[in-house]
Amino acid sequence: MIEIQNVRKSFGALEVLKGIDLTVHNGEVLTIIGGSGSGKSTLLTCINGLEPIDSGRILVDGTEVHARSTDLNKLRQKIGIVFQQWNAFPHLTVLENVMLAPRKVKGMSKPDAEAMAVKQLEHVGLGDKLSVYPSRLSGGQQQRMAIARALAMSPKYMLFDEVTSALDPMLVGEVLDTLRLLASDGMTMICVTHEMKFAREVSDRVAFFHQGVMAEIAPPAELFGAPKSPDLQKFLAATA
Amino acid sequence: MFDTALSANDLIFLAKGAGMTIFVTLIAVFCGTVLGIVFGIFRYQVGPVIAAPLTFVLDVFRSIPLLIQLVLANAFLGMVLRLGMSGLTVACIVLTLYTSAYCAEIVRGAIESVPQPVRRAARSLGLSWRQDMTNIVLPLAVRVGLPSWIGLSLGVMKDSALVYVVQVTELLKSTQILITRLQEPLLLLMICGAFYFLISFPVARLGGYLEKRWTHD
Repeated sequence: MIEIQNVRKSFGALEVLKGIDLTVHNGEVLTIIGGSGSGKSTLLTCINGLEPIDSGRILVDGTEVHARSTDLNKLRQKIGIVFQQWNAFPHLTVLENVMLAPRKVKGMSKPDAEAMAVKQLEHVGLGDKLSVYPSRLSGGQQQRMAIARALAMSPKYMLFDEVTSALDPMLVGEVLDTLRLLASDGMTMICVTHEMKFAREVSDRVAFFHQGVMAEIAPPAELFGAPKSPDLQKFLAATA
Repeated sequence: MFDTALSANDLIFLAKGAGMTIFVTLIAVFCGTVLGIVFGIFRYQVGPVIAAPLTFVLDVFRSIPLLIQLVLANAFLGMVLRLGMSGLTVACIVLTLYTSAYCAEIVRGAIESVPQPVRRAARSLGLSWRQDMTNIVLPLAVRVGLPSWIGLSLGVMKDSALVYVVQVTELLKSTQILITRLQEPLLLLMICGAFYFLISFPVARLGGYLEKRWTHD
């Protein structure tokens, strides 16, 4: 369970998160929608401790992420994150990209790590690209590799930060299919996305962020069917 | 009796000079690189304000001509501190610091060239700072910094000719000694140049080879 309690965060004078309260239950798929600068991506990077927060608390399975005593490297093994820019390690092959963290962080043996990496890469449809360098892959393939790389750590939670935003429209579908697959496997996921159709389809709940505030949260049928706040109505009208 | 013909002994004398050039260069490049990596990582890690004193000292080593550094260091270590160091030791120390000053800049630039989001991705997988440094930053930074580092090493090898001012007889000084005796400057300088080329060429080729091997894109 991920519990976000009254989290505030500023970059300089700009407050990007203005007291967020949100609980994500195990097995739940939560999508976050909202305009750019609404704080939704920042929230994800705060959840795995890549960004500090100014006040409030984030608890992952009861462990306070930003407590001094928390071993972030250990905690991050539980929380996979995939970014808008896929950030492949360019000097490693696809297989090595996925094997690196299981080997170094989890201390898995080479055959075990390789078996895990192959399994995850096949899962995302890259079983035939193992010995290729990332520069030879399309954006969609690199993004799927990044997903496999995160999954190879067997995380309990997956965070997706606008993973299709930097992709050619032709390639969006293959990445969304991978996310659908994960959701149907029962993975607990938080997806920041601009893909409304996707959000409507896979989410248990959808949250709408507006100017650093979670303005509305509801199951997709309700949120898309009967938006309450005028900001959400405007947002949905603009993205429809 | 002066013998004015080039003999085998003279060539051995030159080879010994070349050996000294290689020795001084190896020490300076090895120690200078180790120090340069430490200084470079330090400068990158702590930011410009805290690193300012170190940056200043390194700038001094980069700005003052090597010849002057050697003479001043020799005088300071010998006469002021009375350490009784040999000229060779002084030469190695000065060349090491001189190399490290340049190397620190190469290292800092190479680390900066590794995209922050890639490092973020590594950390998000649970890699520690050290693991990120050794598995992601180092391999990528080496690819960026290698051409400059090869250039620096070859430069240091040639600059090491100046250590004659602290009574170290390396390749160029050996050549000058022979020129004085044999009065054959052009021939001897050509031989000397050939020696320098023989030392440099494999290093330059090795650099080219590594660059090619590491290119995947």
